[in-house]
Amino acid sequence: MTIDWNHFTPWSALAGGGLIGISVALLILLNGRIAGITGIIGGLFKPAKSDAAWRIAFTFGLIIAPIIWLLFGKLPEITIDANYGLLVVAGLIVGFGARLGSGCTSGHGVCGISRLSPRSIIATLAFMGTGFLTVFIARHLLG
Amino acid sequence: MKKHLSVISAIFSGLIFGFGLIVAGMANPAKVLAFLDITPVWDPSLALVMGGAIAVGFVAFKIAGKRTNSFLGLPMSIPTLRAIDKNLVLGALIFGIGWGLAGICPAPAFVLFGTGSIKGIVFLISMLVGMGVFELIESRHK
Repeated sequence: MTIDWNHFTPWSALAGGGLIGISVALLILLNGRIAGITGIIGGLFKPAKSDAAWRIAFTFGLIIAPIIWLLFGKLPEITIDANYGLLVVAGLIVGFGARLGSGCTSGHGVCGISRLSPRSIIATLAFMGTGFLTVFIARHLLG
Repeated sequence: MKKHLSVISAIFSGLIFGFGLIVAGMANPAKVLAFLDITPVWDPSLALVMGGAIAVGFVAFKIAGKRTNSFLGLPMSIPTLRAIDKNLVLGALIFGIGWGLAGICPAPAFVLFGTGSIKGIVFLISMLVGMGVFELIESRHK
């Protein structure tokens, strides 16, 4: 393994990460809520809850981000290599797994680790592990 | 009033999260897969995305941990669960497989939907169905 210096983008990665951190900070300090997408959407599946408004608002913000970006300039490159069949399978697995594990990259990976939560550290190691393994199998053993 | 403000702050939070994903390259599944593919050459950029986010998040949660209410006067809803149980580990392992298959996790799925990408829409709908399946199974076990 060597570092792919041609594609390594440390500054935009740090800047983007910083923005995500600011978003997390806003939601916890103003709304008292965790910016975990899986949990935010999961709460919308339970109709009894009356706290749908902020959940929909946050999700709406995520969806309009690229639209507002386009008002000011071009979006950076976005490439989805997976075909439709794979996208359906991957989507089903992501949705089910993230809900079963009570969180995804945002809830466990960013918010949970920021809180030094042992649950989230274990979950992040687990999904990173199978993420790396899946890509290795798909690209190098089967591909 | 409090409720209106909390909706506005949630929109801004989601918007900034989305901008962060776009700037970071997390909204580009090919970039995510390049991070998850460590051989023969590895693009470690996305580790810095998490690093940058956690650095800011760490400070935010330090402040939040000292308060019982948010700055808008809403109760602090911070998870208190500590048990590392089977569902947590199994769910995370399963989620990682799906993440590795397409390079898309839940937050970028919504950003990709917002770009109008058909593939993004297909992924998002499938992901929501996957979440719905979980809800169905969970409600039957109760």
